[in-house]
Amino acid sequence: MSTLVDVFSMTAVVAGAFFFLAGVVGLIRFPDTLSRLHALTKADNLGLGLIVVGLLSQAGGIAAAFKLLFVWLLVLLASSTVGQMIGRVARDAEPPA
Amino acid sequence: MTLTAALETALAVLVLGAATWAVVARAAFAATVGFVSYGLLLALVWVQLAAIDVALTEVAIGSGLTGVLLLSVSARLSVTEAATSAGPGLALRLLAALGCAAISAALAVAILTLPDPTPSLAPEVMAALPATGVGNPVTGVLMAFRGFDTLLEKIVLVLALIGVWSLAPDRYWGGRPTSLYMRPRDSVLPFFARTLPPLGVLLGLHLMWVGADAPGGAFPGGTVLAATWLIVMMASLRHTPAIGSSWLRLGIISGPAVFLVVGAAGLLVAGAFLAYPVDYAKPLIILIEVPMLLTIALVLGLLVAGPPDSAEGGS
Repeated sequence: MSTLVDVFSMTAVVAGAFFFLAGVVGLIRFPDTLSRLHALTKADNLGLGLIVVGLLSQAGGIAAAFKLLFVWLLVLLASSTVGQMIGRVARDAEPPA
Repeated sequence: MTLTAALETALAVLVLGAATWAVVARAAFAATVGFVSYGLLLALVWVQLAAIDVALTEVAIGSGLTGVLLLSVSARLSVTEAATSAGPGLALRLLAALGCAAISAALAVAILTLPDPTPSLAPEVMAALPATGVGNPVTGVLMAFRGFDTLLEKIVLVLALIGVWSLAPDRYWGGRPTSLYMRPRDSVLPFFARTLPPLGVLLGLHLMWVGADAPGGAFPGGTVLAATWLIVMMASLRHTPAIGSSWLRLGIISGPAVFLVVGAAGLLVAGAFLAYPVDYAKPLIILIEVPMLLTIALVLGLLVAGPPDSAEGGS
C-alpha cells in the first residue's frame, strides 16, 4: 500500500516539475510578453498544484495537508492577480501587431 | 555524492549565481530582481541549516521588504538612470574591488580560524530557557537574554522612519504619502486587496503568537501585517495615514515605549533594567510583543510608503 502511495507521490511531483520546466522553456522561447506570461502562469497553477497533490499523501496529518493546500490557493490567488496586472501593463505598452 | 549533498551544492551554486547577477547587472531593476531571488534562495539555505527563524526573517525583511524598497527606488531612478550611462572610472572600480576582496578575505580568515568545536552559548541558553516561560530559544534570546539589543533595534526602526519623513518638503509636513496609490482601472487589484486582509491579519498574528514556542515572532508577523496593509493602500481602498496624526505616532512609539516601561519596572521589581520577575516572564514577554508587532507593522508599511508628498490630511 505504502509503495503505491509513494509511486503516486513521485508521479505527481515529477509531472509538476515537468510543468515548471515547460513554463521556463516558454518564458525563454516565446516571442512576446503576453505569451511568456501565459507559459509562466501555467507553471504556477498546474505545476505547483501537482506537486502539492503529490505531497498531500506524505504530509503526515490533516493539519499539514490543509497547510499545503492553503499554500497552493494563496499562490493561485497571488499569481492570477499579478498575471492580470502585468498583462494589462504589457498590453498598454506593446499593442498587438 | 548523496542526494542531499547534490541538492545543497546546487543550492549553493544558485545562491552564488543570483548574488553575482545582483552585483554585475547594469540596470537597477534587473539588479533588484537578482537581489530578491538571492534572498529567497538564501532562505532555503537557512532552512537547510535548520535555522527556520532566520529563514523567516530573511524572506520577510531581507528579501521581501528590502526588495520592495529597492524596487520603488529603481522606479524613481529609472528617469535619471538612462541619462547617466557613464559608469565609475577604472580607479574607483579597482578600489571597490580591492575593498570587497579585503572584507571577503578577512571574513574567510575569521571563519576558518574558529576553534573546533565552535564556542557557543547554546547549552547555557537551553539550560536557562525554562525560567523565561517561552519554548523557542530564539524568542528567549531576543526577548529575555538579549532584550536590550531588541529594544535598541525597535528604536532604530523608529529613527529610520523619522529619517524618511525628514525628506518631506515643509509644505507637505504632516500630510499623506501618496506615491503608493496605483489607482487601478479594473477590479483585479481591489479584489485581491479585499480577499487578502482576513488571511494576512490571521497569519501575522499567528506568526507572532507561535513565536513563543515555534519559529515565528514579532518581526515576521509584523512584516506580513505591513504587506497586507500596503496592498490595501496600493489598491486605493484606504488612504495612507497622514503622518501628523497623533494616533499614528502613538502606535509607532508604542513598542519601544512599553518595552522601556516594563524594563524600568524590572529595575524596581526584579533588581535590574529589563529583568523580568520569574513568575511573570511569559505574560510580560507577550505584553511587550503585542505593541512591538504594531510598531513593526506601522514602521515597515510607512517606510515603503515614503515621505509625505501631499498636504492632504495635514493640520
